[in-house]
Formats: sequence, structure tokens, C-alpha cells
Amino acid sequence: MLRGTPFHSRTSALCEGQNWRRWAGYVVAGSYELTHEREYYAIRTTAALIDISPLHKYRIHGPDAVRVVDRIVTRDASKCAVNQIMYTPWCTDAGKVLDDGTLWRLDEQTFRLTAAEPNLHWLLENAIGLAVEIEDESDRIAAVALQGPNSREILKLISDTDLDTLGYFRLKRAAVADLPAIITRTGYTGDLGYEIWVEADQAGRLWDALMAAGRAYGILPTGILALDIARVEAGLLLLEVDYVPARQAEVASQTSTPYELGLGWTVKLDKGPFIGRQALAEQKRRGLKWKFVGIEVEWESLERLYWEFGLPPQLPTEAWRESVPVYSGRQWIGYATSGCWSPILKKYLAMGHLRAQYAKPGTPVKMEVKVEHQRKQAAARVVKKPFFDPERKRA
Amino acid sequence: MGRVPHYDAIVIGGGHNGLTTAAYLAKAGKQVLLLERRDILGGATVTEEIYPGFKYSVASYVVSLLRPDVIRELKLAEHGLEIVPLESSFSPLPGGDYLVRWADRDQTRREIYRHSPHDADLYPEFGRLMSQMARAVKPLISMAPPDPTSLNPKELLELAKLGRYFARDLEQEHFYSLVKLMTMSVADFLDEWFESEPLKAVMSSSGIIGTFLGPRSPGTAYVMLHHFMGEIDGVFRAWGFPRGGTGAVAESIASAARSYGVEIRTSADVEQVIVKKGRALGVALESGEEIYARRVVSGVDPKRTFLKLVDESHLPSDFVEDIRRFRIQGSSGKVNLALSELPHFTGLPADGPHLRGFISVGPSIEYLERAYDDAKYGAFSRRPYLDIVIPSAIDPAMAPPGKHVMSIFVQHAPYNLNGGWNDAQREAFGDAVVDTLAEFAPNIKDAILHRQVLTPWDLEQVMGLTEGNIFQGELSLHQLFFLRPAAGWARYRTPVKNLYLCGSAAHPGGGISSAPGRLAALEILKNWSKPWSS
Repeated sequence: MLRGTPFHSRTSALCEGQNWRRWAGYVVAGSYELTHEREYYAIRTTAALIDISPLHKYRIHGPDAVRVVDRIVTRDASKCAVNQIMYTPWCTDAGKVLDDGTLWRLDEQTFRLTAAEPNLHWLLENAIGLAVEIEDESDRIAAVALQGPNSREILKLISDTDLDTLGYFRLKRAAVADLPAIITRTGYTGDLGYEIWVEADQAGRLWDALMAAGRAYGILPTGILALDIARVEAGLLLLEVDYVPARQAEVASQTSTPYELGLGWTVKLDKGPFIGRQALAEQKRRGLKWKFVGIEVEWESLERLYWEFGLPPQLPTEAWRESVPVYSGRQWIGYATSGCWSPILKKYLAMGHLRAQYAKPGTPVKMEVKVEHQRKQAAARVVKKPFFDPERKRA
Repeated sequence: MGRVPHYDAIVIGGGHNGLTTAAYLAKAGKQVLLLERRDILGGATVTEEIYPGFKYSVASYVVSLLRPDVIRELKLAEHGLEIVPLESSFSPLPGGDYLVRWADRDQTRREIYRHSPHDADLYPEFGRLMSQMARAVKPLISMAPPDPTSLNPKELLELAKLGRYFARDLEQEHFYSLVKLMTMSVADFLDEWFESEPLKAVMSSSGIIGTFLGPRSPGTAYVMLHHFMGEIDGVFRAWGFPRGGTGAVAESIASAARSYGVEIRTSADVEQVIVKKGRALGVALESGEEIYARRVVSGVDPKRTFLKLVDESHLPSDFVEDIRRFRIQGSSGKVNLALSELPHFTGLPADGPHLRGFISVGPSIEYLERAYDDAKYGAFSRRPYLDIVIPSAIDPAMAPPGKHVMSIFVQHAPYNLNGGWNDAQREAFGDAVVDTLAEFAPNIKDAILHRQVLTPWDLEQVMGLTEGNIFQGELSLHQLFFLRPAAGWARYRTPVKNLYLCGSAAHPGGGISSAPGRLAALEILKNWSKPWSS
């Protein structure tokens, strides 16, 4: 049997559709209502409360904490100030991405790393001989994301800290609903939002307080189906969907480097040695064969394809996650890995891996779509990510 | 001499491999006669109702190595073969603890994490490496092994292909792992990966199954890999239970064989292979009947074939020596139980999904090694390793409603027991098995309605397996590939013209794979128009 998260007593009471999805060995709500539509709009227009407890969390503490972390991640951990958070991938020796997550600096000698996959062994293996303790906090810490334009106002009501001074990708220790918590200005939606981290046994009280405080602000418990649309709009990668983590790859050609995933900005080649540096420096020198890009499918083209069958364009209601071939003329040039209809942008969006020469924004391409049981190609073009990037995210 | 062949081919032995060879030969248009000593087909792949209402998979008990090409080419699904996956592996531990590996990776991870967070992270990586290794070795399994000393251009070409495959297609680190797998003991190999004793124990057990070895014996890592090669519907490492017991596998192959025109005679005990001038002409039955054929194919083990059925005078003496030296001592026994209720394992519910997969009693490497120690010095293990399935929990038709059958594979039970096997020793061995099981499932003794105990001696008597070896010869490296069963004789041929081997003693070895049976038939057919000559 799979586990419920520390919020399960609350989320299960609210999950009308019994639409449960698997996430890292837990079940979480896919959507609470029978469809996820209102929950999506809560993220973009009011406030959404999302259980993100299944994330793996590791505490790295000790005099050598910076050295251990810097050996593993591609970002420069020594530049991570106390109370700062960095988004970062980490790689194999061959520079292939193992996982991605956030790295927090809790104090001079303490970091927290969040991850999609189990990484305890990887951390321990790379800490051999160094003065550092590594703790798997995954089950001990519960986390909930409060995302959306009203999230700040809601959190202000029940926390004792000044949220106006909490910058993007920064953290604060605070009391939330009188519970000791860490508030991070992070999220997986590309919107204004926070994530609140407490001891697992206090999860229920945190949930209740947030729901009560948010009632007047349109808070909705939100499942991961709505979150999936928001993360595509925000151009954020998903492990196992947009890339195959190196540990799971059956053959090397399935793996990707940070450069190939559009994460070149996270690779600090001059910070000193780290796992994968040599291979990544080599790839940077030689240039890329593949790039991970945003794709926008042209509405007129979709309309024409459906019109041939006397139908209006049919749009995906959920974000999809499968490999879809992309062409230039008759030539296969890559594949999209996730996509959705963006209800807020009114655009059909996708993300995918294209051969580098086709990856420039503006390049016309064709993406396969199935129209009335037949494979067709819809006109599309390469666009910049993120697709959706409101000012409030950082403000 | 008036010996007009009655058949194109006679196959000796109605085990799954003999049946497979017969089916393939008949499918190719040959007139085939298959002779089985017992009144029931299947050899060690047999289901029998020993106790009224309860069906035992008497000897072999699960299937995974059965080649997908055999299932496809002989249309076994149309002939009634149904394999239900066995998805979990449950190891009861002392004190009511346990380790279960489920079909679901998250559930398995959580369970292993309970024992070792470190191992939980590495377990999926290990599984991936093993499936990569299994794929790397698969080309070897699917071909008739070329002889590296041969100057025959065709064999050289095959060797070159194989060499190129290993040099080019196998990644370097995989090559290193392969060498380790070929040389290390399963315990040492697993020590490089894992720290949790119960996990290592249950994983190492597949390295000793059917061998006269302990987990610390070199070469056992390869045997573990051999078991990882199990494949169902193209998925590696999948085990299944054939509906109706393993006898249903033999029946489906027999049905296919009959559909191609194979004539099958049971209760037909072959006493001798008739050889004249170095050429096999047919067989003589115990009844005195002589039957002639263009080819004779033996599905029985090489000791029985060459030291009993064929007169030694027809064989080169060094070959006879090789066959005499062929390691074949059986080391496992089988206990089949009819039960009034399911076993209730301490610490777990009385009924649950853990009873519908493998149940493995062997909580530590030391436990397994000690079980081997007993056998090394000629005793059966006082606390043996048990590999258990409850067929009726998967296929209720195996027992009356609400009742159960339990199949217990037991290791070790050496064929050459001090003082020899007799009724008293057999019962003492059965008691050791039940006592061991009762430590973990205390209700078992009261639930037993009937008990069948098979020692290696019984396997020899009943199934005709020399020394009771379930693989017709140890799966150790010096007896595999181009060395199976003897150097220079790995391509199913024998020093006697027109006499071939098709059983588990031939490449690629034991298990219900039908691979030797299929490859033997293909090799025989390839050379049909030009009988092999020395």
C-alpha cells in the first residue's frame, strides 16, 4: 500500500473525485474537485494550496558542508548566502543530469537539498572523508505550497514575519499558525508563491490554519493536475517526463546534460572541481547537438486540421506527458515531452528536445497531433521559455 | 540388415526439452517418435495429483526462462499455456520481521528503506545493471555455442561476431561487471553493492539454487545472472506460475508436438541406443522392441545417455572420461504439502499478497552458507534454505476450495548422503524442512494434510535425473557454454554419428527454458542433408 502524506487526513477529506496520483511513493490528490479547472485558476487568480510533501529532502550539516555540496551540484554553493536558495541540477561524471532541485543555505554550515529522486546514497558517497553529516529528512518534514496572487496576503495573516522583505528564492524561519516553520519564496508554478515547511506531525494544524486564513481570498486545495499545467506555462522541467535521469537511463543516448536542458546558466565551470565539470567544459567547447526549447503550436494550423473533419479544434484539457515527434519539412528533428493548452495565455504550448540548429526562437517547425485517429502535423514555432512570467513572481 | 528406418527421428525422454525438440523437428516435416519411460509426460516438468484433490507441481515449480521464441514458434498460448506472474518475493526473518520485494518499485523501495536507506537507493540501479548484463549475455543463450578452438570457418565467423559484440557493443563498465559476475561469488558480488543482510541473503539465493555451492563459492554470481535472464513477454526478471502447474507447460508443448504429427509413446523405456559402426540407428526398448530412425535425440542427461544407453565401446575414451567427470551431484530436494489452511507468518496478516509470490526462507548469507556447510560433509542441511510458492493461492484449481498446496524447494540435500538415503532419512529431511518453516509460520504443522518428500535419490528414481540434479549437471562456469556438456561437444552433437543431445545438459543449461530443445532441433535440421562426419 502506498502512503498518504502528513496532510492525508486533511486532503483525503477534501478529495471529492478520489482522483489520487502517485508521487515518489506517496499518493497525492490529482484534483480535489471532479475536474482540475477551478484549481488551475486558483493558482493564477487567487491562491492554491498544494501538498508537496513527497519531495525528497536532505540536510547536509558540518564544517565541510559547502565542500560536499559544491562537489555535487553545478551551481556555486559558496556563493549561496545564508537564507538564499538556488535552483540547481547535479550530474554524473559524464555531465549527465541525475536530478534537479533546490539548494538552501540554512546557516554557514547547513544546507537543505530538495530532490525528485532518492539521493541519500549519492550524497553519502560523495561525502566520504569529509566532516559532514547527512540526514534524510524526507519523512520528517511536511511541505505545502501556497501559490497565486493572493498567497502573500493569506500568509501574512498567520505568520509572524515580514513577508514583504522576503525576496524571490529566499527563505525565512518564522512561526506560521504558531508553529515553527520555514517559509521559502519558491514554487513550481511560475507565480507569486511560497512553500511552508514544518515537522510532519504538525502538518494538519498548518493546513487548517492556511485554509481558514485563505477562505476570504479564494484559497482552493489544488491537486497536481492543475500544477502540471502551471509548471508547463512556467517552462519548468519535470524529471522522468522532460528528461531521463542518468541513473534510470537504459542507454546513454537517453540522458541529457544541463546545457542540453537549457540549464547552462546553472553550470559554473570556473567555481572549481565538481562532478561532471570536465565533460561539461568539453561539451561547452564543442557545442551542443540538442537543446530543450519552448514550442508554440499555431492556432490557425490546428483549426485547419480539424476543419477538414468538420470539427472545431480539440484541445488537451490536461497537460500531456509523452514523446511527440517534431519535424522540419519531412525531417524528424526532435520530440516534445510535455505540453498543454494554456487557459490563461490561450495558447497551445509544448516543451521538447530539438536538434540545436532548429532551436532558435522563431524557427518554424511541425509537431505531430492526432486528429480524428489520424496523425497530422500542426505548424508550430520555437519560442522562448518561460511562456508565462508575471511580474508578481519576483516582486 | 533390413533396418529400414521407421522414423526420421526418435526423441528419448518426454521432458519439456525432448518435447520441444520433437515439436520443432516435426514442424519442419520430419516423422518423429517420442518415447517416455513414465506413463506421464513432462519429466521434471510435471503436475500430479499425488493426494486426492491436491495437484502438486512435483519437481519444477515456476517458469521464467521459457524462451519467448519457443512460445511464439510453437504457438504455446494456443495450446493452452497460461502463465500468471509471480510478482513479489517475501522473506520472513527471525522475530517476526520480514522483507518483501513487491512488483511496485515505490513499495519495494519503502520496504528496503526500512532495512537500509543506502540499499533502497541502490536497489533499482542494481536491477538495471543486471538487466543490462542479461541483455549482454542473451546473444550467447540464443545461439549454438561456437567452439573457440575450432578452425571451421563458420564457427570462426560466429566467434568473430561475438568478439565484435563484446568489444564494440558492450560498454566498458558493463564489461568489467560481466567479468566480475563470471568470477565472483554471489555474496562477494552483492557485498560490493548492499549492506542489508536480509536483502543480500534473498538476492544471493538465486545464485545457489540448483547448485552444489554456497553463496561464498566463486561462480555463484553467474548463476544469479542466469536467473535474472528470466523473461516473460520480453520483460527480464519476471517469474510466473503456469496455470495448472508446471505440467501444463509440458502438456502445451506436447499438444503442439502432436499437432505437427509427433507420435508420442509413454511407458516406453529405452534400454539402449542401437549403434553400428559409430552411427546411431535407433533404440531398443526394455520390452525388446527395436525401433529404427535416421536420427536419435536424447533428452536425458549425458551420464545416462553415454554411460548407460550407449555402449562405451562406441565412444572415444577421453570423451567417456569427460562425461564421468561431469559434475552432476544433485543438492536439492522438494517437499510438497497439502494444507488445510494458508501458512500464517508471524508479523503479517494470515492472508495477504505476500503469499501470492515467492516465499524465501534464508534470512542471512551466514544461514545459507551454513546450510551448504552441512551438505559439504554429506548431511542434509539441518536448517535448509527454502524457496516456497503456494500454487493454490495463484490458481485455486490446484486444491479443493479453501484448501492449499505448497511447493517447497529445499537446499541442500546432497545425493551422496552419509549412509545413503532411505525412508528414515527421507522423513528426517522432511521434518527438518517443516520444522524450519514452522519457526516462521507456526500453524504449518497442524495444517498439513499430506506431505510428499523428494530427495535427490527420489528425483533420480522417479524422473530419471542422474544423481537428482535438476539442471542435468551443475551450472558452474566450467560446465557452461562451449564446455557443456564436454569440451568440443557443445553443439548438440555427440561422438556417435546421428546421435544428438537436447536436454538441460546441453547449452544453455537448465530451467524450463526449452532453449536446449529448440537449439538442438535447429542444429539437427541444419545438418539434415549432410549428416555430421568426423
